[in-house]
Amino acid sequence: MRLKLQVNGGEREAEARDHESLLTVLRERLGLWGSKNACDQGECGSCSVLIDGRRVCACLVLAGAAVGGVVRNFEDLFGGEQMHPVQRAFVDAGAVQCGFCTPGFIVATAALLRDNPEPSDAEIREALSGNICRCTGYGKILEAVQRSAAKGYSDDDRPD
Amino acid sequence: MTIVPTKRRLRGVVGESAPRADAPPKVKGEFQYASDLSREGMLHGATLRSPHAHARIVRIEVEPARSMPGVRAVITSDDLPTQEKFGLMRADQPVLATRVVRYVGEPVALVAADDPEQARLATKAIRVEYELLPAVTDVVAALQPDAPKLHDPKDGNVIEDVRVVHGDPDATAEVVVEGEYEVAMQDQAALGPEAGLAIPGQDGGVTLHVATQWLHEDLRQIAPCLGLPEEKVRLVLAGVGGAFGAREDVTLQIHVCLLALATKRAVRMTYGREESFYGHVHRHPARMWYRHGATRDGRLVSVRATIVLDGGAYASSTFAVVANAACFGAGPYRVPNALIHAVGAYTNNPPTGAMRGFGAVQSCFAYETQMDKLAAALGIDPVELRARNALENGDRIITDQPVEGSAPVADVIRRCAALPMPPNRTSADPLGLPGGAGNLTHGEGVRRGIGFAVGMKNVCYSHAFDDFSTARVRVERDREGVVARVHTAASEVGQGIVLVCEQIARTELGIQRVIVETPDTTIGSAGSSSASRQTWMTGGAVLAACREVNAELAERARARGRLVDEVDLAELLDTPAERIVTHRHRPTEKRNDTTQNDGHVAFLFAAHRAVVDVDVDTGLVKVVQIATAQDVGKAINPLAVIGQLEGGIAQGLGLAVMEEVQLKDGAVRNASFTDYLLPTMLDMPPVVCDLIEFPHPDAPYGAKGVGEPPTISSTPAIVAAIRAATGRALERVPVRPDDIVFGTSSRSGWSVVAGEDPRSAHHSR
Repeated sequence: MRLKLQVNGGEREAEARDHESLLTVLRERLGLWGSKNACDQGECGSCSVLIDGRRVCACLVLAGAAVGGVVRNFEDLFGGEQMHPVQRAFVDAGAVQCGFCTPGFIVATAALLRDNPEPSDAEIREALSGNICRCTGYGKILEAVQRSAAKGYSDDDRPD
Repeated sequence: MTIVPTKRRLRGVVGESAPRADAPPKVKGEFQYASDLSREGMLHGATLRSPHAHARIVRIEVEPARSMPGVRAVITSDDLPTQEKFGLMRADQPVLATRVVRYVGEPVALVAADDPEQARLATKAIRVEYELLPAVTDVVAALQPDAPKLHDPKDGNVIEDVRVVHGDPDATAEVVVEGEYEVAMQDQAALGPEAGLAIPGQDGGVTLHVATQWLHEDLRQIAPCLGLPEEKVRLVLAGVGGAFGAREDVTLQIHVCLLALATKRAVRMTYGREESFYGHVHRHPARMWYRHGATRDGRLVSVRATIVLDGGAYASSTFAVVANAACFGAGPYRVPNALIHAVGAYTNNPPTGAMRGFGAVQSCFAYETQMDKLAAALGIDPVELRARNALENGDRIITDQPVEGSAPVADVIRRCAALPMPPNRTSADPLGLPGGAGNLTHGEGVRRGIGFAVGMKNVCYSHAFDDFSTARVRVERDREGVVARVHTAASEVGQGIVLVCEQIARTELGIQRVIVETPDTTIGSAGSSSASRQTWMTGGAVLAACREVNAELAERARARGRLVDEVDLAELLDTPAERIVTHRHRPTEKRNDTTQNDGHVAFLFAAHRAVVDVDVDTGLVKVVQIATAQDVGKAINPLAVIGQLEGGIAQGLGLAVMEEVQLKDGAVRNASFTDYLLPTMLDMPPVVCDLIEFPHPDAPYGAKGVGEPPTISSTPAIVAAIRAATGRALERVPVRPDDIVFGTSSRSGWSVVAGEDPRSAHHSR
């Protein structure tokens, strides 16, 4: 089927099979590789994108179901030359090893801090428990979120 | 003119917690992982796998797949260019199953098609007729004379058989403790799926971009299976989304190259998560029988053990895993008498091979449980018992090799035990209790326990393996000034070898701008990113190459009648200064019949203390804190070292309480992250670290490598804490809720006398 999707601020068309996920269409059909493919089942959060401002696992959304919604994937949210303070915090805290989970964690961190600018450690752990990291043991990711919160979160913040 | 030593002005030298150069592209989503690779007009590969654990292939009918629209190639064993097999240490695995399949998931046929879904559907259209053969999925049964033989019948199913005999193994002791232990199959579960992009060349060769731990070893296995000379196969490291041992073996490398060569088109192959569980080797499951003897005042007299490791259908690295399980089978203790008999066997389970800790994990769970049993039998504090028997420098391990260049194990133990404890639980908020948001308790059945364990492992390759790494360091002038370029084939898999290379080069050369280039096979091998060895080996190669470049620069300065520190480096670089150095560690000795030799380069030690809360009503566990002390030699980048410690502990926690590849008749029953449970941020507690820097004289800056010890003794420490909280025996990992609530036993039913040959085992049922 032919899909028309609102992706990253523009209309994109893709030929896709009926049962293909939004993640497959973003990556394989549209060549947008920033949101990652790790579990295919909504367990790891690596493919997190926003649809109409809500964070979803793109691997769990049928591409057809995203028609009519406003899709923003990782490149749109956090790509570009300058780093958002959340990204800077992940770099500085040592929260990135292999980095495959990192885009998902950054989207989840932004979503948390937008709703709850001063989360407790327990709230951070709860909010990020839908994301899996296999490298870091999460200690430095927790620290990256704490650092981001301490600086005060804003969607538009790109001071670098 | 005042000379300021250049190094003082540098940012990111050895010993500093510098940020990683690959972190900015990773946080921006720009870093290209293997599964992100694409090329205009590329095809997509897919694999048909065996649904049976052991069967004869009667017939394969490929026409229905070949005639589907968009299908460009279908390949079975009949279409292979050669009958060469592959394998890390023994070439025993066919590229595609030929006449027989030996495990559920074994590749049988390949398809290349215009899009990934078309390729997948085409594999489903291939009809394979099988005739079932008897399967053996119990590893001890596989060793018995009546078991079906999976490979060459004259060897039975034994892949490797190692006996360590030390002192008088029959020595009698005043106090004896025994046990049978089991370690289940663990998955490395790297987040990045297996993926590669193969591009056929004009010369009839192929270029493969792939996520791997060892480019040159892949090349050695791939080229003969393609029927090509090695110079026609070029490998380039694609972005690696974690490895942990799972990328040490060949998975899709040969397959994707075959499809590219057959279609003369670029082909990409990416496994989904389910296929990843079938596609790569796992940690060897183990059955272990132990007997420890000690004096009444708590001195170890003897350790006897029989260790049986399930190698699955193909050998992979089973030889070395068995050797490690045996050599470290008594732990980091002074043991005057020992007999460890370790065997690895073929079964019709999925193949097993490298995973972080590599054989040392399995035996550590058993010997540390034994040490706790001994402490209880003797009435001695478990930490004190360990410290009393701890190896000191100069002491010999059970293979008769002296320990040199390591922090005294007693210090590692005592410094771990001295780390601050977590606060007592004050709140009955269910979120902080076992079961968490499941809201299963208000604390009425929750008991706290503390456990302790210490472990050891070798660093680098052992037993006379020619272990080396190659580095090219080039100092040159470009538009931005002086730059140092470091090129090696060492795989960055997340562990941070890019940092090690960069920080060593910056420190040695005194040049701020250091670029670590993409690893490929245009330079000599770096060996694998495994065995905690890249800091020592590739770090060592970079260090040596930098010193040769420095000597060259000093010579250039001298030719101008100057000292190198007095001149602007750029003036000396009309031509680049470049050196390629191959670095080797000191030779090690081959194993002999009783494995009494200097088989290892050096040893790594770590201790872990776990504090847990256990709900004895539901059998759920919440790990409250892990404390660890580790002898790291020297932390090149302390932040990265702590990252390795914490990450390794998370994998040890997983094995302790949740991670198990569940098998039924050889089939994986939980090939997904929904059913194979991994620790999340809610499961992982705060970690308190003490990095002990006791430099090893042969290692670069004394840095010994740090990746594996965190995964070795964290598991037994957590289980010891659960035992302390519940009083249950818990002789198997992962510990399941049933084991806690009902005290379920996991005995195999095989009676084996510790230390004796498992081929003489009897089944009691």
